[in-house]
Parts: sequence; structure tokens; C-alpha cells
Amino acid sequence: MSSGVKLNPLAPLLPHHAAHDGSPSSPRSRGARTVQQWALVSPALFWTIAFFVLPFLAMGFLSVTSEGGLTLSNYAQFFTNPSYYRAMTNSLEVTAMVTVISILLAYPFAWILAEQVPERWQRLALLLAVLPFWTSYVVRSYSWLLVLAEQGVVNDALTGTGILAEPVQLANTRAATVIGFVHFFVMLLTLTIFANLKQLSPSYRKAAADLGAGPLQVFIHVILPLTIPGIMVGAFLTFVLAIGDYITPQILGGNNELLMPQLIMLQIGRRGDFPLASALSLILMGVVTIAYIACARWLKIERA
Amino acid sequence: MTKALVEMKNISHRFGAAEVLADVSLAIAPGSYTVLLGPSGSGKTTLLSILGGFLVPSQGKVFILGQDCTMLPPAGRPTVTVFQDYALFPHMSVGGNVGFGLRMRGVARGERERRAREVLDVVGLPEAYGKRPHQLSGGQRQRVALARALVVEPAVLLLDEPLGALDLKLRRQMQEELKAIQQRVGTAFIHVTHDQEEAMALADHCVVINRGRIEDEGPPERVYARPATRFTATFMGESTLLPNAGKGTLAIRPEHLRLSREPGTMRLGEARVTAVIFQGGFKRIVAESMDGQLFIAKVPAETNIALGDKVTPSCRAEDLIHLER
Amino acid sequence: MRGPMKLLSAVYAAAIYLFIFLPVIVLVVFSLQSTAFPIPPFTGPSLRWYEAVLGDTRLTSALMNSLLVAALSSFLAAALGFLAAWGFARFVLPGSAILRGLITLPLTVSYLIIGMGLLVLFNWAGLPKSLMAAGIGHVVINLPLCFAIIYSQMGDHQINIERAARDLGAREWQVLLMVTLPIMWPAIFASLFLSMTFSWDEFVISFLLTRFDTTLPVEIWNLLRSGLNPKTNAVGSLVFGVSVLLAIAFELVLLRRKPS
Repeated sequence: MSSGVKLNPLAPLLPHHAAHDGSPSSPRSRGARTVQQWALVSPALFWTIAFFVLPFLAMGFLSVTSEGGLTLSNYAQFFTNPSYYRAMTNSLEVTAMVTVISILLAYPFAWILAEQVPERWQRLALLLAVLPFWTSYVVRSYSWLLVLAEQGVVNDALTGTGILAEPVQLANTRAATVIGFVHFFVMLLTLTIFANLKQLSPSYRKAAADLGAGPLQVFIHVILPLTIPGIMVGAFLTFVLAIGDYITPQILGGNNELLMPQLIMLQIGRRGDFPLASALSLILMGVVTIAYIACARWLKIERA
Repeated sequence: MTKALVEMKNISHRFGAAEVLADVSLAIAPGSYTVLLGPSGSGKTTLLSILGGFLVPSQGKVFILGQDCTMLPPAGRPTVTVFQDYALFPHMSVGGNVGFGLRMRGVARGERERRAREVLDVVGLPEAYGKRPHQLSGGQRQRVALARALVVEPAVLLLDEPLGALDLKLRRQMQEELKAIQQRVGTAFIHVTHDQEEAMALADHCVVINRGRIEDEGPPERVYARPATRFTATFMGESTLLPNAGKGTLAIRPEHLRLSREPGTMRLGEARVTAVIFQGGFKRIVAESMDGQLFIAKVPAETNIALGDKVTPSCRAEDLIHLER
Repeated sequence: MRGPMKLLSAVYAAAIYLFIFLPVIVLVVFSLQSTAFPIPPFTGPSLRWYEAVLGDTRLTSALMNSLLVAALSSFLAAALGFLAAWGFARFVLPGSAILRGLITLPLTVSYLIIGMGLLVLFNWAGLPKSLMAAGIGHVVINLPLCFAIIYSQMGDHQINIERAARDLGAREWQVLLMVTLPIMWPAIFASLFLSMTFSWDEFVISFLLTRFDTTLPVEIWNLLRSGLNPKTNAVGSLVFGVSVLLAIAFELVLLRRKPS
């Protein structure tokens, strides 16, 4: 390091600085220590490389092939075929809608749980809110189908009480997909916002009130800005999970309008066009990665 | 005599079954620096919370500027509190923090900025306006918290152990600055602490609290030289305590205790030195007599004294402090 | 202002709870339907659909498959995750931050894409679709989770405890068995539990990578092809019931260990 420092001639014989041990049976030399670490870490690394990285490479390779020869035709197809890129715009629209609606519904709920519910009941209240999600995801989407079907519970209630003359089509629409997603993500966002609210120091509120802020002002100027991280984390998770989800749009959305995951599955199932499916998957990955980088960048700005 | 700025009359407070404050009455003069001194659990912070409006006392009344404020919320009284953890809004700049109270009072942006910059100057942070709290050191954050409170010109400024989070050197420095700021601004400060040196350094009015009651109050010089109770004698500085044959207790401050008979002093007993603690400018000597009586003395650092030495604790008659119990 | 606020809050919370519970209530209620359509009016209660489920060998074998895949893949994920976490926590090598990032990377990737990648890879390598293929996929999605959970618990505090043990003469395997594992067991248990939950309910990867022997979610999906059917309600309610019981068991285990 700095030229003025006297080197300790015994340094090579001393245990590695960063290794924390003193046990007689542990290896003393740097080499043996390194081997030990690699031995512990390599199974997990191997698995990740073999079954995560390699598949990606395979997909990447496959996505630029088509009947012999390397080609970008699969990607070109996505950008030129309207029904293909419309799947992406549909996905983005639906995901954006779901994110906004879920935030609007979840925030007051999280606030009520954190502020109005007595401390000792909060854990139970949260548990209760999470409980229905212990059903299988497939089953849950199916249940929404039941609820929204033409002769289902909702239509039944609406026609029965005379609000509507005839049942309205709710299932197999974009609205149904949105409802199905919102159902789950309201719960997720409630959790992230609740956690954020709970860890705010009560001193902030007291100080603001002491300086003359009324309850609404305290909320707008102090609480809301300080809970934005909780909202952002939840919103990010919502985006990433929703845009890659196949089950909900497939069961509830019907086949009138396709979202990206459905488009991808279509290539595998009926058409067996793996190269195209690979290209579409990587495009979807690309969109998610952009969102991920944007979120990470925002977090860094917030911290700094 | 100037009319009291703050008057607390017969304040009692209970948390569940525990009585935290018992019939406390206190008057604060305008422009004064009052320190509430006491150990943890003594009720001093509770008293401050009641003054600040964060608690309504179980019994008693609080008058500020002659008005009954007992039931008023914090925003409704002419007090502002500086919290132990400063509670600076992390998402606002220093300027935003300091201007917050003014904003709540409807002061226009330009005026807010002017007054915020002015008060930041007073607390010694002229360059901090645009910075964020996390960019500042502990001492600087403490000053911003102070500025935020002072800018709204409260009648009384309440400080809840404001220097607790700072290291010794910084604490001493901030003590000087707090005193200087208070004298410059002229607002009455009420400062809670458990550190008796801090109390002695800052207060012109020292209030010693223990177990929900006021043990003693007055100028720190008097409280130190002539403590009214046994607790005060041992909490506010150290003392050697001697029973006074049924008439209470006698206390002697360590700096008044000599370790040998000198002309003009009375002999208090014979003892052996059990501890010699070097403290830089002086040595703290603990000596114990045959029947277990402890003597605490302060001697110059150069004094030649060792464990096991025989000493004759003595003091002048006028240095004896008579305590009731 | 407090009174109406409280009322409004109560009403809002009740509405949200209703929204959250609605599908589950409908599911369970109509699983007891006595006629063939799981829609109003309610013609129950009848257990005929539960009988049908328990008699359906495809469903029951799918259930067994789910449990098998969940258990095996979770244990493997937890074991790999634990070893890796231990390795990274105890030694500091250059580039370990990147390697750690690599292991946690799959958390950010959609299951669909992970499944797709494996399908492409296995296809190319000539490996047939099977429960094992699905299991491999499940390890991929759960390994990062196990690693993250266990690694987060191996802070400096943990390192110092192991140091102290070694200082007092314990050998590596003794440190592992008598110090590390007992202290880490809540994290290991939590990661096992979460992995089993995710694996048990996982659809896309199982769907893509299995053919004849398949897991329960895929089998339920197949049931759906035949339209709305109370049999689906019954199996869904059963799955829900089992999940709730497991969650309660988990809570009890946790509560008994740490009085919080």
C-alpha cells in the first residue's frame, strides 16, 4: 500500500487477515482456506450456472436461429406483427392499471391497520388479510371466475337486488384480469406499506404537530413522503410479478386479448415454435430488467 | 419580582398504577435557563412532556404566560420541544426542516427562507440551508433541531436530553454553545438531563427531581454548596455522609475533605485508603474507617498517596452541610 | 373528527376484507354444492365432491407428487443455500459480491422465463419432461431465497460466536453441529418452509416440465378444462385447508420457540 509502511517479514506465516478462526484443525495457509470456501460455495454456484445461466444462453442462442442459419427474424416478427407487440402493450397497460389501483386501495388499508387497529390485534389483522392467499394460485383464479361468471355471485347479487336488469359479462374480460391481479397485489402492497409505516419514528409526528401541523398536514408533509419507499418496493414487485404471470390472464381474461405470457405459451403449445418463444421471453426479460434498473437507480438517488 | 413565565401547580401524574409525579409545583422566570436534573425514572421527562402538551397530567395545572394551557395540544401552546433523537424530517432539506413551523403558520416562502437563514446563522450553521440531514454530523443535526424550534419564536423552548447522543468533547462544546445561544436569543430554556455536570454548566435555575418529587431547586452554586436533601448531596456531585447523632446527616464535599489534621479543621475519624483513582488534574481518594464509614476526597494529582495508607479525614466546621435526614 | 374517522375506517377495512375473502368463501361454500354447478343457488350441503376428489386417483397421485417434489427440492435448496451462505459469511474472497449477486439473481426473473429456459435446455439435451425436471426448476427458484434468508442471519455476531467456539478448542465439525446449526435453525426452518410453500403451489414450471406424472396445481388446471366443476372447488378447499393447518403449525412452532 503506502510506500512508507514497513512490511512485516512474518506476514506470509500469519493467518489470513480476513479469515476468522483460531481453531487448531482449520487450514492456516491462504490456499487451503480458499479451497474450503470454494468447496462450500460451488454446489450452489454450479446449480445456478447449470440450471439458470445455461438455459438463458440456450434461449439466447435459440432466439436467433430459425430453420438453419442465424437470423434476427424472431425479434423482427415481434416488432412487425401487430398482434405480437400488442400483447406487450396490453401487458404494460394492464400492469400499470393494476399497480395504480392496488396502491390506491392498499394505502388506506395499511394505514388503518397500522394506526387504528390496537397494537395487540395488528398481527392477527395482518394474518387474516394474508390467509385467503394460502389457497393455490390456480384455485384462487378459478374462484374469481366463479365469482364473476354470468350466473356467478356478483351478477346474482346485482340482478337479484334489481341494480341490473340483466347479468353483465365480467369474466373473460380485461377487467376480470385486473380484478384478479388487484386481489393479490392489494395484499402485497398492504404488507410493504404497513411495514414502512410501523418503522417510522413517532418523534416525526410529534415534532410536526408541535410546530403547528394539523393531522392532515402531518400526513401530507411527513407521513406520505416517508412511506414512498414502501410504496415503491410494493409497486416494483407488483410490476415484475404481474407482467410475467400466465395464470390470471389465461383463466380470467379469456382469449379475446392476449398478454405477453399467454403469447409466449402459445408459441410452445400449439405451434411448437421454440425460437420465437425464446425471443419473446427475452424481450419480456428485457422490459423487466429496464424496470429493475430504473428502480435501483431511483433507490440510489433517494439514498444519496 | 418579574411574573413567572411558566407556572406548574400541583402536578401529579399516574401511568396505570404507578405514580410518576407527585404534587410538583414549579415556576419558571422569563429568559432563564432551567435544568431539570434527575436519574432515569425520576419523572423529569414526564414533566417536560406535560409542559410541552404531549401529556395531560392526572392532576394539576400548567400556566404559560398567565394562560391555563393544561388541556391545550402542543401546537396550541407557545412552547416548542427539541426531541432526544432530533426528529429532523429526513426527506426535507435543512432549510425545509427549519422553515416547517413557519410554513404551518402560513408564512410566505421568501420570508420563510430569510428567517430560516437568519436563525441558522445564530446557531452557527450558515452554510447548511440546502443540505440534507443525513449529510450532517450529530452536533450539526442538533443545531438544526434547535434552529427549527427557535425560528418560530416560542415563549419557552423545551429540550429533552439534547446532548445525550454526543461524545464528551462535543457535548462540552455544545453546552457552551447552547448557553450562548440562549443568552443571545433570550428565550426561556427548560432542559432535561441526568448529567449533573451539564446541569451545573448550563443552569441559572437548577431543579433536582427524584421519584416524582422536587428534591431541591435554586442556582447551581447554592444547590451544590448547600444541598437541601441527602439525595441532592449525592446526586449533584459526590459527598461524604456522616450520621449526626440523631439530628440527621452531615455531608462534606470531596474538595473540602482533608486527609490529615490541619490547623482550623476538625478531625472526623481514622481511615485506610481503599482506592486511588487518577483523574488527570486531581486524584479521587476513597478511604474506609474500621466501622465501615466511607470518606471521599479530592486531592491534587501530585499528592503522594497509595492504597493502604492511613489517613485522618478532617474538614473545617463551615464546610459541614447539615441535612434533615 | 375522531368518531366519523373511526367509522369510515371500520367500513373501509371491512370492505377490503370482504374483497379479500370473497373468492375463498365462494370456493368453500360451493364445494359443498349437491348439484353439478358451483354457482348460485346453493343446493347443499353435500360432501359428494370431496368423495369424488378423494376417489380420483389422478388427483391423489398428483397430490403425492406435489409433496414429493416440494419436500425434495426444498431440502436441496436449503442445503445448497446454507452451504453457500456459510462459505460466503466465513471467508472474504475477491469477487464474492458478484457471486452472491449471481446466486440471488433468479429472484428477479419470472417463473415463466425460468421454466422456458429449462424447457429449451432439456429439449436440446434430450432430457424428457418429468417430475425431476420440475424439481430441478423448483430448486432454481428456491435456492436464492434460502441463500438470502440464511445469509442475512450470518452477521458479524454469528461470526464472533463461531470464533469464540474455535478459540475454546472446538473443531470445524463441532462448531457446525454444536454452534452454527442450532443458532441458525430458525432461518433454515423458515427457508425450508417458504420453499415448500412456493414449490407446493407452483404452476408454470411444473406445467412446462412435466408430462404424465404431474403436480397438483397442473392437475387442477386440467380439471379446469372441463369447465366450472364443484370437484375443483373441493380439491381447492382441501388444499386451502391443508395450507391453513400448516400455517398454524408454523406459527405455533415459532411462538413456542421465541416468546415475542
